[in-house]
Amino acid sequence: MAWIKAFGSYLPERVVSNAEMEALAGVEPGWIVKASGIEERRFAAEGETVVDLAVRAAQDCLAAAEMAPSQLGMLIVASGSAERQFPGPAASLAHRLGLSSTPALDLPVASAGSLIGMSLASRLADAHGQILVVGAEIMSRIVLRPPLNRDTAILFGDGAGACLVSPDAGLARILDSLLYTDGSFAESLRLDFQQPLAMDGRTVILQAARKIPRAIEELLKRNSRSAREVQAFVLHQANLNLILKVAQALQVSESKFCTTVRRHGNTSSASLLLAAAESWRDEALQPGLPVVFGAFGAGFHWGALLALPA
Amino acid sequence: MERRARILEIVRSISKQDVNPALDQSLFESGIVDSFALPDLVAALEREFSISIPDSDLMPRKFETLERIESYIQGRL
Repeated sequence: MAWIKAFGSYLPERVVSNAEMEALAGVEPGWIVKASGIEERRFAAEGETVVDLAVRAAQDCLAAAEMAPSQLGMLIVASGSAERQFPGPAASLAHRLGLSSTPALDLPVASAGSLIGMSLASRLADAHGQILVVGAEIMSRIVLRPPLNRDTAILFGDGAGACLVSPDAGLARILDSLLYTDGSFAESLRLDFQQPLAMDGRTVILQAARKIPRAIEELLKRNSRSAREVQAFVLHQANLNLILKVAQALQVSESKFCTTVRRHGNTSSASLLLAAAESWRDEALQPGLPVVFGAFGAGFHWGALLALPA
Repeated sequence: MERRARILEIVRSISKQDVNPALDQSLFESGIVDSFALPDLVAALEREFSISIPDSDLMPRKFETLERIESYIQGRL
């Protein structure tokens, strides 16, 4: 199995407060934080692209790993908000990093994209060497498309996260991962061409509140671990209330759950890696105690990944 | 206690309100059960009626009114 070598992150400068969003969405003060736990989010500047954000997070990650882009054996880029249909941002990111022959793959699956990327990278690292996984999103341009839907507009933010997965020892060893897809719910959360984001929030919450804890429990069980042993849970940051539901279902303290959603909003595929970058930077993670990553999103795609900090 | 009364008790417990919705009244639109209480409602129904609700049945419309909940439970028993 592979190792996590480093994380990286990038957040656009512009902070958008709930007061600004509440005025824009026409909702009463306090409604956003009650419905989602979100206090603020970042919006990309005009002219800034998904690739721009991805480059910044990639550079941050490579600097943390003390590695040059030329050492990469593969790039995997998750994004559901790329500016064009194809080619996706992976090829442009590779180009911007100065690479002209390194394979660069896109995962256009939105929220679960980074988890899928980490899982795939952990299985491909032996063959491809150093694999950079990036999640980059500019969701603001999608959710602010008219007609504005207040239920989705208030949730999303922009940002990028990155993770270097390596065959060589690093921050944490990836022990195992699980991925699932159920396409019968494909209509429940989708982005059609040039359309506003369509989300059946109740279905998403109902399914996610069950599928995320179940995937985590299954992953832990098959690795002879329990949720109580886990020192930190790093989940896709969809909504604070959903994260608390997962904590409740697993019967573990909410304090073990990373909650960057308060300051970042839901940054779709970027959120997991942004949260992971902050956890590794700010938390005193103990060697040998498991960390669990989890995500759920459009598709529905969902899964979990188990890592052991060194 | 009859089935309908047991369902109503669960709805009251989950919503933390002493409500008495009409059989065909939407529990969602009336604000009795919000999005994040819905998973708790489903879990409470599973416990109360000793049933297992498969993921494929986890569709909000099946649990939107007392009438629909009762009909669904009846089909699972």
